[in-house]
Amino acid sequence: MSITPQEIKNEFAKSKMGIAGISILAILVGISIVAIVAIPSETFSGWNNPSNWISYPKVAIPGWVNLFLMEKIPEHKILDDPIIKMEKSGNISAISHQFGINFDYDDFPNDFIYEYSAEYSGAPLLQFLVNRPDGKQLELLSTSLPNSATSTTHTERIFSTDESIRKKLFLQSDKFDFSLDRLSSEDIVFSQTDNHTPLKGNYVFIINLYGIDSQNKIPESNLIVGGKAFGIMGTDELRRDLAVGLLWGTPLALFIGIVVAVASVTMGLLYGVYAGYKGKKTDEVLMRFNDVIYALPALPFLIILSVTISNNIFVMIGFLTIFGWVGVAKVSRSMALQIKTRGYIDAAEMMGQKKSKIILRHIIPQLLPYAFASIAISVPAAITTEAGLSFLGLGDPSFPTWGQILHDANVYGAASRGLWWWIMPPGIMIAITGLAFVFIGNALDVIVNPKLRR
Amino acid sequence: MGLKKYIATRAVTMFGVLMITLLLTISLVGSNMDVILKQGVVFQVRAEITEDPSIANSFASSEEFEEFVQSQIEQRVESLGLDEPWYSPQRIGLTMYKILLLDFGNATFLTSDSGSSDVREIILEKLPRTILLFTTATIIISVIGVFLGALSGSKVGSVIDRLTSSFAIISSSFPVWWIGMLMIFLFAFVYQIFPARATPPIPSSDPDYFISLLYHMTLPLITIVMIGFGAWAYLVRNFMVGIMQEDFITSKKIMGIGRKKIIYRHALKNAAPPIVTILALSLSGSLGGAIITEAVFDWPGMGRLYFEAITVMDLPIIIGATYILTVFFLISIFIADLLYGYFDPRVRTGQ
Repeated sequence: MSITPQEIKNEFAKSKMGIAGISILAILVGISIVAIVAIPSETFSGWNNPSNWISYPKVAIPGWVNLFLMEKIPEHKILDDPIIKMEKSGNISAISHQFGINFDYDDFPNDFIYEYSAEYSGAPLLQFLVNRPDGKQLELLSTSLPNSATSTTHTERIFSTDESIRKKLFLQSDKFDFSLDRLSSEDIVFSQTDNHTPLKGNYVFIINLYGIDSQNKIPESNLIVGGKAFGIMGTDELRRDLAVGLLWGTPLALFIGIVVAVASVTMGLLYGVYAGYKGKKTDEVLMRFNDVIYALPALPFLIILSVTISNNIFVMIGFLTIFGWVGVAKVSRSMALQIKTRGYIDAAEMMGQKKSKIILRHIIPQLLPYAFASIAISVPAAITTEAGLSFLGLGDPSFPTWGQILHDANVYGAASRGLWWWIMPPGIMIAITGLAFVFIGNALDVIVNPKLRR
Repeated sequence: MGLKKYIATRAVTMFGVLMITLLLTISLVGSNMDVILKQGVVFQVRAEITEDPSIANSFASSEEFEEFVQSQIEQRVESLGLDEPWYSPQRIGLTMYKILLLDFGNATFLTSDSGSSDVREIILEKLPRTILLFTTATIIISVIGVFLGALSGSKVGSVIDRLTSSFAIISSSFPVWWIGMLMIFLFAFVYQIFPARATPPIPSSDPDYFISLLYHMTLPLITIVMIGFGAWAYLVRNFMVGIMQEDFITSKKIMGIGRKKIIYRHALKNAAPPIVTILALSLSGSLGGAIITEAVFDWPGMGRLYFEAITVMDLPIIIGATYILTVFFLISIFIADLLYGYFDPRVRTGQ
């Protein structure tokens, strides 16, 4: 029973499983730090706000998939960094924003969107052009901004589905050898001229703003070329970047798991030791209560509690703790019963030490190695239970946990639609986190329970 | 006498737990329940009065009519005992008494497949399906688990032992419902062998319904077995490791009795008590897990019923289903306790 911390450390360092567990945990902690530092908390608190994700693609496959494909899937590109040129001839000034894009895919993009906000006065002319890799220039749009006598700001999104873009392209149909009927704008812009297949190469999208006044500016200017692949982890049905959710899920899962495990083990330990040390009536009453909690069906109760009381993440942690301490209490009671019979406890009692002091000084330290092993073993259970509740849609909606991502995936039928990048990563993350603690727990268990050592 | 007293204490504790569970459930959903019941009464009274136009015609003004309606509603509320708050002892007592007699009342929104809104009928329709799926799964799991566990326990350190142990550890950290999603992805999308939703598309009165149900059951069954048997094998293995070192096994070995005979006749027999106990517990444990698993596969059993009831806050069903789930859970804990007490005399003397 008595094992010094030094011994535990040495034994642990010898255990391959323990080292593996600690290494995985270290990586997860690293990811958490990266998530907290690199991703501003506004991003994740706006997880459920659709307007945050409007320029992202719908259910886009992760970008790296292209590395393994012969036919490249067009990647979703958000260009927010145009080359800006200013020209002036007489009293007419021209601002030109140019977006270069290297299009090297075997399918047409979904769409393209130009979003901008312009500061101007008068009624400047906006011209939207594209220079194609084959040297041809297509005019997409020329329109004048709404007239305003004073300086004003105009914000607009020009979509490729815009009817005037289509009309402009039809006027230039002599550049193409095939009929442009029923083709969408992006299918025309990115097509070869002799047949309808994607034209690869460098495209330059040009936006020109002609005005009489030289005060005109375009402070915000983004070009989005919509594709079917995006980022490292892809996006979901609601256009959310899954990488953000997965990264932020890590600190949340670790937090929930560790807090629940530490709280329930501490509670169970104190409860069990107190019952065991006091004995007699107290023990009987406390253990009957323990039996009652043990016999409550945990999941139905957690569901009712989260629906009727609150699904706030901190309240949920409390609920999970209520159902988590029972087993620990049983074991620590029987351990306390053993320790109680030892001579030094009798000695301490005879010296007139307070009971609370005996429990805290002489009994609990003996149980600490067991407590650490139980903490490590209860973490995965807490994480999977929370994930399960979130999966049922009963979690805290303001935090994107892995369970929540899987809940959304299930709601939108991701599994039967084959959206593997939406279902695989969150589950793998849950499993890896669980494994790390199971490894650590098993390694500690072997050290603490010499019976298992073989 | 020890065993009888032990059984009696356990039985009393279990009954107490059942009552506490009921009380907790009622007090958690009670206030909502009150509002819903009262709304139901208002709706009912108004419907009855408007059905008969002569009542409305007999009043001179609409205020008087409104007054009459209100007094009718109050009368009805009083006759049903709803004028007392939901936490009054009489009402809680009455509700608990009714529930004990399996009278759960009528569901607010959900109905059974045949269209009945009687909670008892709905539950009786769903329960057999859950039992069918999870009992079958548990039996398959325990057979594979015992066999594999015995095999690896008798050959500690062999390839099969290591495979079993690592599979047990790894599979226990995957949530069943996530594996369920992967299985749907694999067998309903990539290879279209099984349907993605486990609810048969034909009505339950159809003679082919049962066969269709079995076909739809395959995917959830495979998933539950796949995730479950590792932990079982690992448990059985650990028991076996302990028993294989006992003196009587060694002496049997020296006597020249065959390995297989020793493992399956003697060692396994001694490991039986804890194994049977765990079987009883895991049966009940699987019922709790049914809520999430059935939600993934859309299996039309108790778990999905519970989940649907929660999403629309159908309180009579929530209370009824919680009660039934608790009863099953407690019965299996009770059986496990009895078996444990029967096999291990130390338990019943309380040492």
